[in-house]
Amino acid sequence: MGKLYDQLAADVRFKEGLKACLHCGTCTAICPAAEFYNYQPRQIVEILQTKDEEKIEALLKDDMIWYCGECMSCVTRCPRGNAPGLLITVLRSLSQELGYFIESEKGRQQLAVKRTVGQWILDYGYCLYPENITPEAHPEQGPIWQWEIDHLEAVMERLGANYRKTGPGILRKVPDEDLDELKRIFDVTGGTERFRKIEEYSRLKAEEMGMELNESFESEYFHHIYTTNDPKHTASE
Amino acid sequence: MIIEGKKRLWQEYQKEIADDRYFYVRSCVRQNFFPASEKVFLRILKEELGKDVYENAAHTTCSGIGYHSDVVPFETAMTVIARQFSLMTESGYEHFVTSCITSFGLYSEVLETWKHFPDVLQKVRGYLKEATGRTFELPKNVAHASDVIFRFRNEIASRGTHRLVNHLTGKPLRVVEHIGCHYSKMFPSKGVGGAEYPYVLVGMIEDWGGEVIDYPERRHCCGFGFRQYIVRANRGYSIANSKKKFESMKPYQPDFILTNCPGCPMFFDRWQYALSEMEGVTYGQNGEGIPVLTYEELSGLILGYDPWDLGLQVHQVPVEPLLDKLGIPYDPETKFAGKDGQDLGRPDAPTHMKFF
Repeated sequence: MGKLYDQLAADVRFKEGLKACLHCGTCTAICPAAEFYNYQPRQIVEILQTKDEEKIEALLKDDMIWYCGECMSCVTRCPRGNAPGLLITVLRSLSQELGYFIESEKGRQQLAVKRTVGQWILDYGYCLYPENITPEAHPEQGPIWQWEIDHLEAVMERLGANYRKTGPGILRKVPDEDLDELKRIFDVTGGTERFRKIEEYSRLKAEEMGMELNESFESEYFHHIYTTNDPKHTASE
Repeated sequence: MIIEGKKRLWQEYQKEIADDRYFYVRSCVRQNFFPASEKVFLRILKEELGKDVYENAAHTTCSGIGYHSDVVPFETAMTVIARQFSLMTESGYEHFVTSCITSFGLYSEVLETWKHFPDVLQKVRGYLKEATGRTFELPKNVAHASDVIFRFRNEIASRGTHRLVNHLTGKPLRVVEHIGCHYSKMFPSKGVGGAEYPYVLVGMIEDWGGEVIDYPERRHCCGFGFRQYIVRANRGYSIANSKKKFESMKPYQPDFILTNCPGCPMFFDRWQYALSEMEGVTYGQNGEGIPVLTYEELSGLILGYDPWDLGLQVHQVPVEPLLDKLGIPYDPETKFAGKDGQDLGRPDAPTHMKFF
């Protein structure tokens, strides 16, 4: 394992995303995350350009790399062809690879993403599936979604879906042999290994924090990472 | 001379959109929240325009939401996409059309990566072969489904029964258009009109008789932010960015919002409801919300399809005020009925937002 900077630089997205930043701050001005969090994408690029190992390690363990929404608005506007949003994807990959993500509150949330969207991809062949979007967890979906969930099969039929049935169509059941192919792709390309690392490092962190973590969404550690939001992320300085 | 120069500049933002024989892949978000839009897209292409569109039942998610919330590695996402291309190849098609903007952006990113780093393409070919035994050809054309509707917007208008005109006043309807960030912000040349002045929805609105509203936060993200919505603790990011847009567009009194991304209409629809519950605020007229439409739904309205066949009943922000302006008839009694008139009851009404 080489230096952290070298590991980042080995990723093709890093080569595409970092040319030479002049710290103009245009990315920060346009950034929806900077609008909401105490966050400046410019700072990310500034730290990376120093190639300072200590600073990069601290960055990989910091909340700062998890504020971005990857909308990539910064890519359009950068006058020098940098892509801070793309650099974020590389930083997040390495942070998970090395287990540094558990050192920040926002980083620890990766377990929740893995156990929802990540698992649904393998279980259903979709990033989301209606029965998993519960009105209890999603009050913002409103009474219309409650009504849809209460009459899911009938509503989906009315809207022309092929919900949970075979053959092509909306929300069809993806055949098992195709889900098997998806699973083997994850095995061969590092997807399964990333999932394993997220689980393993999270288990260690839960132990360190003295919180229970099992497979349930109700377990103490999972509930904690899914709902905790320290005011420091958004408080005005 | 100047006009010549402008034409040359504009050429850079033209995009080739195949005119037939499409291999169609679906959107995870669209299928969950506005499924009828995908049905309408296929109905228009097949029944109105006589196009050949094929869906292979073996296709899956592109894994894009997992990739952009960083639990799916780039190598994995690239290989999942290679598998979709393999299905296209074995089905005998070369024109790839995707329903999703996250997918469209990821397909563009992957294809650009393979162009600039041919060794990565070879590596992915190896991954796919090892995992599935599959091989694949690259598509000759990649389009988002809104590109295809854009291409045939005049044919749709000529077959249509309605225009974007207030039938009581005769004035054009005023429309906010919102383009999904991943349509062209990463690769401006991949979208009709580029990233700064995308024309894909503007073309539909103007050629169907409406008027486009220019407002300060027109290009701001809807606030999805992937992990910023998926994790409950982060959802303040999502609703705050949507609110920024609503506040910015409200003074222009839009008749509706038109979107080309599967996620954006869901967020604009649901966050308007959430803001009405949290703050008692509504952004339309007389306690109403601003209706939010997908481009497929709008195409269906132009063509005179029944609003409930378009799935407009599953919008949390009611669309009836817009239908009234367009002079489109609808039956309130059948709004929430199932297939063959089955009684499914009614959703509860929101506390503040006017409900129909």
